[in-house]
Amino acid sequence: MLEKTGIATKEMFEKMLPSAERRKRGPYVVIECYEQIPCNPCVTSCAAHAVTMKDINDLPKCNHDVCTGCTLCVSICPGLACFVIDETVGNGKIKITLPYEMSPLPEKGNVVDALGRDGSVVGKAEVVRVNSGKKLDRTSVITVLVDDDLIYDVRSIAVR
Amino acid sequence: MKFSDILIVGGGPAGMSAALAAADEGVRITIMDRWDELGGQLIKQTHRFFGSEKEHAGTRGIEIVKILREDIAKNPLIEVKCNTDVLGIYSDRVIAYEEDRLYHRMTADKIIICTGAAEKMLQFENNDLPGVYGAGAVQTLMNVYGIQPGQKVLMIGAGNIGLIVTYQLLQAGVDVAAIVEAAPVIGGYKVHASKVRRLGVPIYTKTTVKTALGDKYVTGAVLADVDDKFEIIPGTEREIEVDTICLSVGLAPLGELISQAGAEIRYIPQLGGFIPKRSESMETSAPGIYVAGDVSCIEEATAAMIEGSIAGLSAAIATGMNRPEAIEKRDEYIEELRVLRSGNTGKKIRDGLAML
Repeated sequence: MLEKTGIATKEMFEKMLPSAERRKRGPYVVIECYEQIPCNPCVTSCAAHAVTMKDINDLPKCNHDVCTGCTLCVSICPGLACFVIDETVGNGKIKITLPYEMSPLPEKGNVVDALGRDGSVVGKAEVVRVNSGKKLDRTSVITVLVDDDLIYDVRSIAVR
Repeated sequence: MKFSDILIVGGGPAGMSAALAAADEGVRITIMDRWDELGGQLIKQTHRFFGSEKEHAGTRGIEIVKILREDIAKNPLIEVKCNTDVLGIYSDRVIAYEEDRLYHRMTADKIIICTGAAEKMLQFENNDLPGVYGAGAVQTLMNVYGIQPGQKVLMIGAGNIGLIVTYQLLQAGVDVAAIVEAAPVIGGYKVHASKVRRLGVPIYTKTTVKTALGDKYVTGAVLADVDDKFEIIPGTEREIEVDTICLSVGLAPLGELISQAGAEIRYIPQLGGFIPKRSESMETSAPGIYVAGDVSCIEEATAAMIEGSIAGLSAAIATGMNRPEAIEKRDEYIEELRVLRSGNTGKKIRDGLAML
């Protein structure tokens, strides 16, 4: 499916998730990089050394015991394939941190459309954090609050 | 007549890297480019680069060009001639060029040809209507001049360029109705495909454009399904309303100067067409003539920069600057390139190079 539509399946995504125990403990990264391409900024940017690869052509491997969910890799990944998920929010909500390179930028507190993997509106997202510092070089890092059953679906937002 | 140790034709990522690598070895370099500034295609590449940190991975093309230009400007051994067209390379390495509307000649001990590639055209009815663009032109309009090429675009080709330019169109506030791809699968990196998909752009594989609609300019297109032989399946035609058709159906090396210089050329489809035979050190079969970048093999800019460094070092070494450190450095780049091509996405390149 991915190679015909550009959409990773739910099974592919779920394989990237850490253990149930780790998911309860705090934010973690999901690197949705399913194809071996010669690329490694996720490895070189990781301050915790959680992401590793033997050869530059390998898929990145994340040691979730070490990953702090710091979101450094979210803005550096050229494929915009790193997402940080926090399932410790409660009240049926989770936080998803995603890379965003569109304009206008949302503001903290905005409620925007949450977009699924095919660009359709799958729900509402409350913007809880916008990081667009100079260091991020125009790849802003946005954290949104969404319903927890949208963990696989939400990968972008539409600011209208 | 003017003389330079090394002449580099083309100031894109390959040529700029070649100049810097060769100048490091203490040789005098002249780099010529027909554009008014160095940079080649980098000047419109607003996306972050893949690859390794050593080759600026994670940095945008438009930032990489600034770094390379600065390093070149600081280097007294590199003379830059922009707005300069190289017209011919003769057997005794006399180079004819046009600068400021005047015809000049020079000679060089070694020549590195980094002329890049041109976009391929696609045959379909009305493909000469205004509104049919190459992806490179669309990128130049948007990312260099800040002009939207249209309001609603049909992208032809789901290779990396098609996917990246689609994303940049969306960033520029332009609607992209669809990406069509004749092959059964997406050719570009899947992370790029996912990026445009989640912003709502559908990708239709095994599909092509049959006709551009419109009298004076594009008002739409007829799409059709294709079979395994890329033949249109009758009865599958449907119309789509767009004002722009953007073609990204591959690149062909601009190898005329290499042919003229007398180097052996082979047809290798996997590498983009007519390709100069060359050694690992990027020297062609014409002695003293080196190549790097898309003109030697259609590939990513990261590979072009490494090839440029290899060609620059090899040419410098061949002029007599053969200190062991230079040879060691060159061999490191050769190894880096080998590693870069050793994965799944490098298979086509490896197969093509094996045929050279």
